[in-house]
Amino acid sequence: MLLEISDIHVHYGKIAALKGVSAEVEQGEIVTLIGANGAGKTTTLKTISGLRPLSSGRIVFDGQDISRMPGHKRVLAGIGQSPEGRGIFPGMTVEENLLMGAYARKGDVSKELNEVYELFPRLAERKSQAGGTMSGGEQQMLAIGRAMMAKPKVLLLDEPSMGLAPKLVQQIFEIILEINRRGCTVLLVEQNAQQALQIAHRAYVLETGRVVKSAPARDLLDDPEVRAAYLGGDLGEAASQSDAADDAPAADDAETGDVRKG
Amino acid sequence: MNLTKNLKGNGGSRAGRLSLDPVRDWWATAPGTVRWAVYLALIVGALLLPSEAVGSFMAPSGSDWATMLSDQIGIYVLLALGLNVVVGMAGLLDLGYVAFYAVGGYTIGIFATKYGWNFWETLLLAIGLAALSGVLLGAPTLRLRGDYLAIVTLGFGEIIKKTASNSDYVNGPRGIQGIPHPPSLSEFEILGVQPLKYGLLDSRPYYYLLVFFIVLTIIFVKRMENSRVGRAWSAIREDEDAAELMGVPTFRFKLAAFAIGAAIGGSGGVVFAAKQTSINPENFVFLVSALILAAVVLGGSGNIPGVILGAFMLAWLPERFRELQDYRMLLFGAALVAMMVFRPEGLWPSRRRKAELEEGTGGMGTMGAEVAGPVTAGAGVAGEAAEVKK
Repeated sequence: MLLEISDIHVHYGKIAALKGVSAEVEQGEIVTLIGANGAGKTTTLKTISGLRPLSSGRIVFDGQDISRMPGHKRVLAGIGQSPEGRGIFPGMTVEENLLMGAYARKGDVSKELNEVYELFPRLAERKSQAGGTMSGGEQQMLAIGRAMMAKPKVLLLDEPSMGLAPKLVQQIFEIILEINRRGCTVLLVEQNAQQALQIAHRAYVLETGRVVKSAPARDLLDDPEVRAAYLGGDLGEAASQSDAADDAPAADDAETGDVRKG
Repeated sequence: MNLTKNLKGNGGSRAGRLSLDPVRDWWATAPGTVRWAVYLALIVGALLLPSEAVGSFMAPSGSDWATMLSDQIGIYVLLALGLNVVVGMAGLLDLGYVAFYAVGGYTIGIFATKYGWNFWETLLLAIGLAALSGVLLGAPTLRLRGDYLAIVTLGFGEIIKKTASNSDYVNGPRGIQGIPHPPSLSEFEILGVQPLKYGLLDSRPYYYLLVFFIVLTIIFVKRMENSRVGRAWSAIREDEDAAELMGVPTFRFKLAAFAIGAAIGGSGGVVFAAKQTSINPENFVFLVSALILAAVVLGGSGNIPGVILGAFMLAWLPERFRELQDYRMLLFGAALVAMMVFRPEGLWPSRRRKAELEEGTGGMGTMGAEVAGPVTAGAGVAGEAAEVKK
């Protein structure tokens, strides 16, 4: 097991954002967390990468308990993240952004730099452009490329499709598949459940800070409840209709819980 | 090159404004010898600044130009360089910077009058104590961000002042008198000045001392800026969470910025006290913090030449226009407002800072991010509120 989170609770002030989330990620997998706004997806990723402290629970990565490890040390342990909203350094050039990605590493990074440029030829063309002046899609590529610079064992991606045109979304997802093919494990958080379930091996469904379903991604694509709630289909079924109605107020609650979400 | 083109392409409204880009491009490609020649010329210029010829234009209304340089301008430039490390480089809003200046002043006040330490000994001690107070203030408070950090530092500045004015050990509001001048290093005379003889009558030696400190500070800060530490500070300023995700120990580097800024402020306090020979709590009011911060922002936060220019203008303008009497502060305030409306990036911003500003973070890292961006505004503030509640 590469990454194992067990029963983690996370609070923003007094508000509970995660109420006992457990999940596992195997070496080489693509795992996705799907769920509505405020379900706790981003909080889960932030907790894994160390930006949010745990109230209780445990995170084990690569055989090591990292629950109390500060965020900057988790990078060296092998956790890379492309944060929500991309988190590009706006005043730094593309290349400076990428080099920041390798900040924690010692030694020569030209090999990784070339690899990122090969994966994202667009970034190579814009090496000396300020990060903040790039388009949303380019910034997303930069955020992923920057995370790759640290040679992570697991890559955490927070809504890589957010705010992008459909064509670009397609492109980003293809790149995620390619990164995975090259041996990097991926934990993907998405609101675009359709796309995410198509490329992932397994998926967890989060609702108001809890995991309500976990299954192989293919199965969830056909799951009537998931289809109704997240994929916008089959609303005719009585069962899923009541489910969807339940979801609405619950999601509102969670919205206040997960205050950091934009 | 590409960068310039894009920045220019972005702002159509920018056309016709004073742009420093040609100068920057020239400087970026200038060979080492040219650079050294410029540095040397600047230092010589700084040393010749107190001369009568310059003074007759800069301070025509009869106030002593050399005293203005040492008591106002030199001190402000040094303090602004120190605050620039905190605000401009690491992006932490500090509204209580005067506290470290006070720590420096009171250190020499106490140790020179009560224990007989000399100037240089107290200087080292004051730098150490100021840095320590920076760490002590930073350790519990640097977990806060933006506005909250600003409020806490504001409180710290007031605490230091109130403590000084209520403590009998330092004579409360009357302050400390009889602080010795620095011991004279040499009596040698050049062009009618004894630059290393510190006395009551001539302000110029103190100005030269400040120039020496300022040059040392610039070299130190510039080296910092181009190091791993400087890169970490830029990353923290531009996006603190992302910096942590890159493996930057953000807390430690923020603390380092606080300590370094504080040490520079402390050294300013020592020179100030040694020149004045007496200090009292009223020397360390909030207005000083506010003016130094204004100098940094006005000059071009994060850019050393800009910050020096800003501090110079802020210290000099009110003195230069003394003939306007009571109206000068009104005009001064209006000038500051106009400046920030028409040139929010400062008189002489760094290129990077301009890019940050255009992107919408206000060029002040987390400090600006919470007011500027429509995407982050509401959520960011709510998040911080929740964080504070804990």
